[in-house]
Amino acid sequence: MADIELLPHNVPSKTELPELVEELTTLNLGPTHPATHGVFQNILKMDGEKIVSGEQTIGYIHRAFEKIAERRPFYQITTLTDRMNYCSSPINNLGWHMTVEKLLGVEIPKRAQYIRVIMMELARITDHLICNSILGVDTGAFTGFLYVMQKREEVYEIYEEVCGARLTTNMGRLGGMERDLSSTAIRKIHEFIKSFPPVLRELEKLLNRNRIFMDRTINVGPISLERALSYGFTGPNLRAAGLDYDVRVMNPYSSYEDFDFIIPVGQNGDTYDRYMVRNEEMWQSLKIVEQAVNNLPEGPYYADAPEYYLPPKQEVYQNMEALIYHFKIVMGEIDAPIGEVYHAVEGGNGELGFYLISDGGRAPYRLHFRRPSFIYYQAYPEMCKGSTLSDAILTMSSLNVIAGELDA
Amino acid sequence: MLGNQEVAEALLEKFGDQVFDFEEPYGLLTLSTNRGEIISLLEFLRDHKTYQVMFLTDLTGIHYPDAQDKEFMVVYHLHSFIHNFRIRVKVSIAEADIHIPTATGLFACANWMERETYDFYGILFDGHPNLTRILNIEEMDYFPMRKEYALEDATREDKIDALFGR
Repeated sequence: MADIELLPHNVPSKTELPELVEELTTLNLGPTHPATHGVFQNILKMDGEKIVSGEQTIGYIHRAFEKIAERRPFYQITTLTDRMNYCSSPINNLGWHMTVEKLLGVEIPKRAQYIRVIMMELARITDHLICNSILGVDTGAFTGFLYVMQKREEVYEIYEEVCGARLTTNMGRLGGMERDLSSTAIRKIHEFIKSFPPVLRELEKLLNRNRIFMDRTINVGPISLERALSYGFTGPNLRAAGLDYDVRVMNPYSSYEDFDFIIPVGQNGDTYDRYMVRNEEMWQSLKIVEQAVNNLPEGPYYADAPEYYLPPKQEVYQNMEALIYHFKIVMGEIDAPIGEVYHAVEGGNGELGFYLISDGGRAPYRLHFRRPSFIYYQAYPEMCKGSTLSDAILTMSSLNVIAGELDA
Repeated sequence: MLGNQEVAEALLEKFGDQVFDFEEPYGLLTLSTNRGEIISLLEFLRDHKTYQVMFLTDLTGIHYPDAQDKEFMVVYHLHSFIHNFRIRVKVSIAEADIHIPTATGLFACANWMERETYDFYGILFDGHPNLTRILNIEEMDYFPMRKEYALEDATREDKIDALFGR
């Protein structure tokens, strides 16, 4: 042994080894990490693989919608709402229209209300479909996600039929819908009602009783009902914690009282319950769509409110009054009445509220969006405290935080 | 179902002339109070045995630059799930003394909502655990939602408001 000459880096150090020090690691999760599904950053303090504390940095895609809205005519604000929860933009659009209609006191015909319900429930299905299938991806089941994306594509085709756009829909108008449901749209909705259940059942077969999925999600990121209420949870996340609060039932809007559906609730408020609540809500939404499309009332699809609703193009060319209204609406020269309105709809993530103050001008004096993601995301550090990093990823994706809605 | 009248009377009895300006725009009970009473009012509503207005739906600010000594307003929307009852509480504060006590002790969700209000209006919530900017960059030295900050560049002459319907 003595003959072998050790290379310098193999010579044992003469100095004593430093004493082991325990210290926490700081981990930057985000802002552009694929597992966060959006642009937000979490600065986590880690003890080994356990999360000790976390702090979120948000605002990476803040676009000052509330400020922009103060300079825009009401109908131009619809395009801002598209970009909040972009997984279910029709709900945002139609919620905004309903807020302004409440301010103006416009009564919407039944047919338009039913069309709105159909579109909002289809949007809820796509929203929950993304959340649940992405949760599958985060637990290692990629196939389900790609499979159900085909169904989302079909819903987007229905959007295209109804409003011409797919993601940022700008759907509906103040006073109704921009056009009636075409026969193609109705056919596509019927096709979707028929073809969606087998796909959803397959996603359920893949995940619901899957040993790996259950092990990864049960008791992961739980929140008690008391804390959830204190943190302002609404929507599926609150219902997973055990309270059956749903704006559609408690303060029905757009004829939701006509439909027969149930509100699923969970018990533990953990990731698995949130998944199951969303899963059941998709079935209920499909049931509502089916009822609405089968009982679609006859009649006009827009309200008799010529000051706010664009007249048909044919009229504009032949009728002086229609031409004047057309000009005034497009140029945003319609003065809204003075008023203060809070209107809430059940968005994909919970209570989506619009607080609108009008001083009688052409644009809102103040418009505030109550964005559910923004409010419940602050509970995230508390929910993932003590869990491992991989569980924290699942907690975040089951909360379905949408960056656009978070930052507005 | 809980009526607006009943709650308004209970609040008048408890707080006397500290609650005022009762209104019902679109059926939503709206009232104003003072900065000194706001926390005890929220606590009264939350801990009331029958009302149980325990959910803070929304908290936001408004700027009224022309209102003398009432330039800013903080608006609370509260909800009682038991009775499906909503209430809106407003507090006006002066720009010279832009302070209001924090509601974070009562509702955990008030934390970010107050930070957002501070971020955009500069309203200082006394006792808030971490009153820093939330959506805007930290280096920002003004409060952008105040009315004195025009949205578009004021030096531009090609954008005449009248032509754009504003």
